[in-house]
Amino acid sequence: MRKTVLGVLIAFVAAAGGALLTAWSTPLAGQTPAAYRAPRTADGKPDLNGIWQSLSGANYDIEAHMARPAMALRAGPYGPVPAAPVLALGAVGAVPPGMGIVEGGAIPYKPDALAKKKENQEKWLERDPEIKCYLPGVPRANYMPFPFQILQSQSAIFFAYEYAGAVRNIYLKDPGPPPVDSWMGQSVGRWEGETLVIEANGFNDSTWFDRSGNHHSEAMKVTERYTRTAPDVISYEATIDDSNVFTRPWKISFPLYRRLEKNVQIMDFKCVEFVEELMYGQWRKKPLSRE
Amino acid sequence: MPKRFVTAAVVATAVAGAMLMPAGLAGQAAKSPAPSKAGAMPRTPDGKPDLSGVYDLATLTPVERTAGTPLVMTDEQAAQLEEKVADTKEQRAAPIKGDRDAPPLGGDGSPGAAGNVGGYNSFWIDSGSRYTIVDGRKRASIVIDPPDGRVPQMNPEARARTARNVRPTSDQTTREDDPGFEGNGAYDDPERRPLGERCLMGFGSTSGPPALPNYFYNNLHQIVQTKDSVLILTEMVHDARIVRMNAEHVPAQIRKWMGDSIGRWEGDTLVVDTTNFTDKTRFRGSTDKLHIVERFTRVDAKSLRYRFTVEDPETWPAAWTGEYTWPATDELMYEYACHEGNYALGNILRGARLKEANDAKKTRQ
Repeated sequence: MRKTVLGVLIAFVAAAGGALLTAWSTPLAGQTPAAYRAPRTADGKPDLNGIWQSLSGANYDIEAHMARPAMALRAGPYGPVPAAPVLALGAVGAVPPGMGIVEGGAIPYKPDALAKKKENQEKWLERDPEIKCYLPGVPRANYMPFPFQILQSQSAIFFAYEYAGAVRNIYLKDPGPPPVDSWMGQSVGRWEGETLVIEANGFNDSTWFDRSGNHHSEAMKVTERYTRTAPDVISYEATIDDSNVFTRPWKISFPLYRRLEKNVQIMDFKCVEFVEELMYGQWRKKPLSRE
Repeated sequence: MPKRFVTAAVVATAVAGAMLMPAGLAGQAAKSPAPSKAGAMPRTPDGKPDLSGVYDLATLTPVERTAGTPLVMTDEQAAQLEEKVADTKEQRAAPIKGDRDAPPLGGDGSPGAAGNVGGYNSFWIDSGSRYTIVDGRKRASIVIDPPDGRVPQMNPEARARTARNVRPTSDQTTREDDPGFEGNGAYDDPERRPLGERCLMGFGSTSGPPALPNYFYNNLHQIVQTKDSVLILTEMVHDARIVRMNAEHVPAQIRKWMGDSIGRWEGDTLVVDTTNFTDKTRFRGSTDKLHIVERFTRVDAKSLRYRFTVEDPETWPAAWTGEYTWPATDELMYEYACHEGNYALGNILRGARLKEANDAKKTRQ
């Protein structure tokens, strides 16, 4: 019981402190605006609870790109046109333009790795793990066109993604080196002032960054920084370090927006069911026509 | 494994003698267990019992027990059975002979397209080693109401309905002695295979609700608790059920694999109400009108009591209730990337087509 009283007291003090600091941080004329200070959880940490989503469109292509006719292209008499398997989608299958999320423009690929990226892009329909509803990996999970929920308590931080029901438990105490490679990797988090810093590694080499064939190896380390910069915005940054594939570490950044719909929630997107016809349909007793 | 034995022992000591609920008196009317050591009860900053943690749901206690036997086991009886299980496990863990013969052609004669050739040796199996302890006593079944520890007989209409619906249900198990869902046409289409085999949900209603032990492996569950949401993660198929606190159910047209769960606190008990199921899980042959009420109560710093009531008037004449203890574990959860490595489903269907082609060839000869 005593612990509870103490807990409540701490919560009260923390909340009061938070309110005071918010008042202090109001910018005054002639000063540069002070950094935004996020509302606090009971234990005084910036509160990241909520349902968030990127509007970057980076899942199509994390690099700056113009709109294009389709993800899968073929040569036409006057330039690329949609490839036959996606032709029926028309404008729905076109790729929206985007300024990209890669800082400094291009991803610093080694020459071999750049060649592999181009090959991936040409063979997108066969190779993109998203097409088969495979787990998206990190950082791709954060800019898929689906929301995700951050659950943050005193003892845990957990990310629940709508896409494929992917999950990440963010260890707050380092459990040591990842025992095995995995799709979503192993994440260890710590607070640096206003920022939640997550070091993620232990990935396999099977996830991509986007639908454009951008790839990495199992040596990839991702250092993510989550900082609330406005009531409904988390500023997201990640450094990608993988010397097998890139000439130097590189950074991506974009805002995560809070989903403000009153009834917003993480819904079911168990796409495994949706890809069974694609992956196993040919082994039905009576296969459906693919014409 | 020794770690888990210790946990069970701690639970037994902490709970023993603290409270005794008459066996069989249960259902929703039953009182929540009073905490044995109020001071040791972890609480969140807003004063609610803190249910957070990783729990190992593996237990020897079956869902139902033999008719006519008591709910509460004697310590001797439980110890005897637990020892027997431990012996069997030890035998199975013994090294196999290097010069053994290949499995017999066509399998071991058990049912299935090609018999059971064995999918797992005991290294992979973590099916529980102890009976669940509630109120300090070992339990012979999870079902406590009806008091005979049996799930009520289905309504006749429900029996007819389940006989017509050939698709597997969410409680379908996968076990070494059970080669999987059989029956006419069971290998014709992916939709006819068990949800676990398709990597859509864990088998044995492990994600639930109701969340049950699967008596096989991967029984870890994690609870993450915030003021507005309680997440219940099932290790198997990384199924995350997010309970929205003090919310209303989604509209009737929205259906979810694990149903739509909303929560509220009743004193120190988290009550989770789940409706809006899809018609694809059909727990034990129920309809999409299935209604589950779960009660999570912290018993001590190391364990939760999990009680659930199952209701579907179109399936059972009366609601039924079960309960068992979720002991905390220090084990880490691993990624259960099932679909990503699911070569089995394609091969099972492909194997069935090959077998048909071979059989047809034989008939022609």
